[in-house]
Amino acid sequence: MTKRSIELTVNGRLRKATVPPRMLLSDFIRQELSLPGTHVGCEHGVCGSCNVVVNGQAVRSCLMFAVQAEGAEITTVEGLAQGDALHPIQQAFWEEHGLQCGFCTPGMLATAQELLAQNPDPSDDEIREAISGNLCRCTGYEFIISAIRSAAAKLREANTETTLQPV
Amino acid sequence: MSKHLKSNVIPPSRQRETPRTGLTWIGQSMKRVEDPRILSGKGGYIDDVSVPGMAHAAMVSSPHAHARIIRIDTTKAKAVPGVIGVYTGEDMATVVEPCPSFASPPITQHAMSVGKVRHVGEVVAAVVAEDRYIAEDAADLIEVDWEVLPANVDLETSATATGDALLHPDDRDSNVALDESFSFGDVDQHFEQADHIIKRQLRWHRSSAQAIETCGVVAQFDPFKGGYTIHSNSNFYNFIPFVIGGALRVSPGELRIIPVLTGGSFGSKVFNHKIIILTAGLARLAGVPVKYIEDRLEHFTNSDSHGSDRLYDTELAVTEDGTFKSLRFTVMDDYGAYLQFGVGTHGNAMAQVTGPYRIESFGMRVLAVLTNKTQQGPYRGFGSEVTNWVMERMADAAAAELGRDPVELRLQNMIQPDQFPYMIPTGNIYDSGDFQKVLAEAQAMFDFDAWRDRAAALRAEGRCVGIGLATCMERSVYGPTEWWSLNNRETPGFTLTSTPEGITVRLDPSGKMFVTLNSPMVGNSPETVVAQILAERLTIAPEDIVFNYSDSQSGFNGVGPQGSRFTAMIAGACVSASIKLEEKLKRFGAHMLQRRPEDVELRDGKVAVKGLKDQEKAFGEIALTSSFFRLSFPDGEEFDSGIETTAVYDHPLSTDPAEDRSHLGIFYPIVGHICHIVAVEVDPGTGKVDILDYAAVHDNGTMVNPRTLAGQVWGGTANGIGTTLSEQFLYDADGQFTNPNFAEFAMPTANEMPRNFKLGHVETPSPFTEYGIKGGGEGGRLGAPSALTSAIEDALSDRGVKITSLPVTPPILRGLIRDAEQATTG
Ligand code: FES
Ligand code: FES
Repeated sequence: MTKRSIELTVNGRLRKATVPPRMLLSDFIRQELSLPGTHVGCEHGVCGSCNVVVNGQAVRSCLMFAVQAEGAEITTVEGLAQGDALHPIQQAFWEEHGLQCGFCTPGMLATAQELLAQNPDPSDDEIREAISGNLCRCTGYEFIISAIRSAAAKLREANTETTLQPV
Repeated sequence: MSKHLKSNVIPPSRQRETPRTGLTWIGQSMKRVEDPRILSGKGGYIDDVSVPGMAHAAMVSSPHAHARIIRIDTTKAKAVPGVIGVYTGEDMATVVEPCPSFASPPITQHAMSVGKVRHVGEVVAAVVAEDRYIAEDAADLIEVDWEVLPANVDLETSATATGDALLHPDDRDSNVALDESFSFGDVDQHFEQADHIIKRQLRWHRSSAQAIETCGVVAQFDPFKGGYTIHSNSNFYNFIPFVIGGALRVSPGELRIIPVLTGGSFGSKVFNHKIIILTAGLARLAGVPVKYIEDRLEHFTNSDSHGSDRLYDTELAVTEDGTFKSLRFTVMDDYGAYLQFGVGTHGNAMAQVTGPYRIESFGMRVLAVLTNKTQQGPYRGFGSEVTNWVMERMADAAAAELGRDPVELRLQNMIQPDQFPYMIPTGNIYDSGDFQKVLAEAQAMFDFDAWRDRAAALRAEGRCVGIGLATCMERSVYGPTEWWSLNNRETPGFTLTSTPEGITVRLDPSGKMFVTLNSPMVGNSPETVVAQILAERLTIAPEDIVFNYSDSQSGFNGVGPQGSRFTAMIAGACVSASIKLEEKLKRFGAHMLQRRPEDVELRDGKVAVKGLKDQEKAFGEIALTSSFFRLSFPDGEEFDSGIETTAVYDHPLSTDPAEDRSHLGIFYPIVGHICHIVAVEVDPGTGKVDILDYAAVHDNGTMVNPRTLAGQVWGGTANGIGTTLSEQFLYDADGQFTNPNFAEFAMPTANEMPRNFKLGHVETPSPFTEYGIKGGGEGGRLGAPSALTSAIEDALSDRGVKITSLPVTPPILRGLIRDAEQATTG
């Protein structure tokens, strides 16, 4: 299979690689870029644990080929914390017990980033709606919803932009 | 007490730390120690493991439910560039033995099929290649010729199948793998004397845990040492070498199982022995380390963790005044193609089969039926979620037939707070409880009377609104007799009698406390729990504790998180370790302070002279002095350098089953209690159920961390909602599993969860465990199905719909409503 060269920005860093055209973006991120924080739960586009932020939108990296991400700006979970300071959304997940096994969490964080960039003060129903494309088998979602609510407040208070570009 | 229980004597309590108020760390909703590394993407799950020279495996799975393998042609696959090896079941059989089986007599199962397949998804060949893409390409080129055999899909038909429809004709001439009957107490007499006998046929269909992470293994074989190094997301890693050493033809000591952070289990990763044997065998055959991670389809079809699939014919003997006297049933369980854990899921249910009620006797016939489906394994509740539902269905049925209020009838039959420890007819005990208080709190939280009036008013307007209430048991801290007590008495099998949990604690010269755990993190909070308990017991700050996980060669006894045992068991190990460490610290510290050990105490991470403020030595200073300055202490081995201890906690309270199985002994005695109340509205046109309101009150004894316990209750309730309303594995007549994916197996999303979930706790401490802790990992799923079913039946009571089978998905419920409509309109 002829490989193709791609260039993209991941967590603020320019990455160049040569990949087979059929390589999934999720595999590319995990294996080629050694960023295992992005998880694969189903590989058929339902669970959302592979969500990463691509050009401001939370997308399923298992449903994209790496070559389709040519030129894109991608944020994975590894791009959130600054040194030992968790991102406010991560901090809120910690404080509110928004994770148990943590397998769905990177995808939830990606979805939350997109939501909060678009809607800094979402209602509980809007949060529920936004994360309804992410499956979590551990938490029953309630504390994830509290975590996103609390993250929204933190972000508003800090009046800081998330690392994500406006859509 | 019934005379059959006389020989079952309750052992004395071994509790050392009594339940009490005013604790510093226990009872705090401390943030989890585990989270920062997980949140930052550095958790280290099985698929994150990579070892030098590692190759990847892909499987060829059976498309048939039941077929003979005539020929496997691997030629084309072998020719694919990048392929290291292609292997069939015959090849595997040269390096591994069949999988271990807890069934007695055992049923032969190969990690890779030999000769025939018995369910869709069973592995028949594998490719090991440089990467998974190549391995999957090559797997597609493997050709298999089959002789298709009759598929057993239906439970009752399979039980009478013969000839080619037999699953294991070499081992047995029936698809019924076990048929045992038990009578605990005077069942016949109670039924003879009953004024009413309530009868129901009840059906519970299979689903499974489906944690978001599948199972996986990275295995290496060292031909020179003759052993394996295996990374696995098994929950059971310190124990599993003893179970699988034989299958891998090595001694347990030659198996080094390294744990990883596990992306959820709920029972589905308890053993994982088949995937370990499969991957290890491939590594040995291929001569390279091999990684195999199930894809979601393989996890659905071949992961051996399907849940209970039971048909009950149940009878409850009731007297005129509504007293429940005796319960009996015949249960047939569709175990799928093999019987890895015997009927352990029924053994488990014997812990609390009579629910919170004073039922005097209990009888059962259990039939384990084999069919051409993936075999059963554990799923949150391990069989007790089903008997909870059966008991609560029977309580509702009794109320309906006797014209009694279902809550009042429950209260009449409930065990009273002064009757604990209470021994149920099977011989298990309930250590403590106050079921009435739990019920009262749940009713208050739910505003029960107001809701009942509102529901009645809405029903009068023609809306299908109903209230359901369930009062259920949540057994915790299992003893292993449940795995074998229902087996054939002549060959009971692997008769273990303890489920220990160990810990190693070392006080480093730096002042940090290094803790090594012997059970993995699977989404529970092992580090947080231990941090809180050690901080409490040793007066230190939780942030001074650093965690580590042993592997199976460096580790000590550990059985892992299952059966809601971990918190109570590790608390016991923490207390044992603390007692030993305290003694050492005092001995060294007292010497440094020139005092006698009895004159010092632990205070804020220091050894301090009793009653004196600044006469103290910090633990770090003591550890440093004891580690590096041996000569500052007297001769004698009690002053050997370093401060470290390994401690173990064995099951706090268990007895053996009676020889004649007139009772099963005490094996699951630390019981919690739960009351769930729910209001629902059913759309009769579509069969869709909306949850309008939900209250759950759980009593899990002393709470270590209320927040993480709440998380368990929430999560378990979500599982229970799925079990009741949406999740079911579907098979067609040929045994094809038709919905093995996340799109069609509908697990609840955030949208399906109740908006107004109210959660409360009652704390009735156990008199048998340290600090009075009880387990709480399964309760949500042990209560939600009963309450929801009851609410749906209540909502449709005017239409005469009875719910006797789960799940009730919208099409199923719509069908029941239609049938009821047709029955009334004739
Ligand atoms: S792994 Fe991509 S949606 Fe499940
Ligand atoms: S935290 Fe385990 S799947 Fe969400």
